[in-house]
Amino acid sequence: MEWMRHASDLGYLVAAALFVFGLKNLGSPRTAVRGNQLGAVGMLVAVLVTLLRMGVGEGFIGAPLIVGGLAVGAAIGALMARRVQMTSMPEMVALLNGFGGAASALVALSGLVSFDLAHWTTLDPAGHGAVPIEPAWSVFLVAAGASSIVGWATFTGSVVAMMKLYGTFRRNLAFPGINVVKVALLVVGVAFGYEIWASGPGTVSVVGIVVSASVLGILFVAPIGGADMPVVISFLNSLSGVAAATTGFVVDNTALIISGSLVGAAGLILTAIMCKAMNRPFIDVMFKAYGAPSGGAAPGEKRTVRGYEAEEAALVFDGARSVIIVPGYGMAVSQSQHVVREFAEALERLGADVKFAIHPVAGRMPGHMNVLLAEANLPYEQLVELDDINPYFSECDVCLVVGANDTINPAARTDPTGPLGGMPILDVEKARTVIIVKRSLSPGYAGVDNDLFYRPSTMMLFGDGKAKLTELLAALKEL
Amino acid sequence: MIDLTGADLIGSITILVLSIFLGFELISKVPPTLHTPLMSGANAISGITIVGALLVANVELDTGHDVVAAALGFVALVIATINCVGGFMVTGRMLEMFKSRKDD
Repeated sequence: MEWMRHASDLGYLVAAALFVFGLKNLGSPRTAVRGNQLGAVGMLVAVLVTLLRMGVGEGFIGAPLIVGGLAVGAAIGALMARRVQMTSMPEMVALLNGFGGAASALVALSGLVSFDLAHWTTLDPAGHGAVPIEPAWSVFLVAAGASSIVGWATFTGSVVAMMKLYGTFRRNLAFPGINVVKVALLVVGVAFGYEIWASGPGTVSVVGIVVSASVLGILFVAPIGGADMPVVISFLNSLSGVAAATTGFVVDNTALIISGSLVGAAGLILTAIMCKAMNRPFIDVMFKAYGAPSGGAAPGEKRTVRGYEAEEAALVFDGARSVIIVPGYGMAVSQSQHVVREFAEALERLGADVKFAIHPVAGRMPGHMNVLLAEANLPYEQLVELDDINPYFSECDVCLVVGANDTINPAARTDPTGPLGGMPILDVEKARTVIIVKRSLSPGYAGVDNDLFYRPSTMMLFGDGKAKLTELLAALKEL
Repeated sequence: MIDLTGADLIGSITILVLSIFLGFELISKVPPTLHTPLMSGANAISGITIVGALLVANVELDTGHDVVAAALGFVALVIATINCVGGFMVTGRMLEMFKSRKDD
């Protein structure tokens, strides 16, 4: 069915064009919604074209599997997308990303497992196995090997990333020589790939490549933490595109090659943009364990800090002309974005000018805070980005920090060799009074103590973000 | 199913390389607000592997080897579909929040 192949390739071209417009539109606030819709339509076109091609070609011999798979997947996907809390979005994106990588790897694995099927071995005059490998099989086998390595590593890496975001995998696992082990695992994976190419897929080489790539993915993400997490997820997103593109060579399909490499390249650019926002070279993110001990502040030094009551803090807001609110991961955890908005509105009624300072990597995802505050219906103009807000801290009467830590830690400047060294921070320390709502004194994800907590101009309000802000709001209304 | 030799292979590699360049050019200055939705949307597009899953899941269940391959294809299809449907819906939900705020 040569004509059907050409026709379907044209259909894939339409889908690819929709993906291109979709990605382009997703990059601008005005067109983002349409961009997402264009992407979804492109995916629908790609699926329909494939079904049509199969119907005309070999027929729906696997109809039960196909209909069942699509129905089950769509139901689970829709349910997950509907149920997920806005605060858990990073975990969700990480998990879905892992699914993409695993799906690509499974397609390759399915191809490898069925490699010596009767209808494929007809190419082989001897009629047994894959001994004399034809050029076409070489491409297939090399692509299947590459897809396996990238796909499985993406899957396990994404799952570890999801667990880290969720909090079940908090330790930044690292041991001396971990980078050597990572390189060794990659070499072993490639060696198994070579074995698959040279002598056809065997049980040992196929299992070997799956296992080595999976362990590689785990070790790749395990040492990474804190503000580096968004970068890693973006990079894993890029890898899932690469996995799809290589799988395109496995099943000889242009839709996969085009879309996969688009996502791979776009994801890489997004990763670079994020690295730049954090002032951390990509290589450091990938190979330097996050929060590795760095000497820094004398650890023996015991400092005490006084916790304040909400009523005392509310007094500070009385008469404040200018207030900057700095949200962080703590706001996401305590789901306090709505109370934060109410509090900001109460301040405005008292005549204060309220702005929100958004650090590029606040939370566990770039734009994490924007999504949450948008959910709470805060006007866009009130959210100000790092470079634009920093000059205003010195003029601000009160700065209210809700569950942020690393993004306001002066150690980023004072200890350039520390884990936070060089990361741009919000100039919270310049505000006249800083009120920090935080569960405890415990250091942030980076594991660095925050000098700001101990300063005389700082008031610490210990407790759950939502509870404390509700108290603060009540106290403010009583003034 | 596999016909990747000579001109066909060169054609595919050409498509690959040009798509990579296109991907690099597509993303330039994106406001941080949109980083998460963009990542999530791109992630949904990488669910294109659903097409590959459809192709390998379309087999008749007869011989022993087929069953394993088909089962793998089926699992691939399920999770690729989760990736696509979940990805686009989640992205839509995130963007919907920005939209509703503008309407106020």
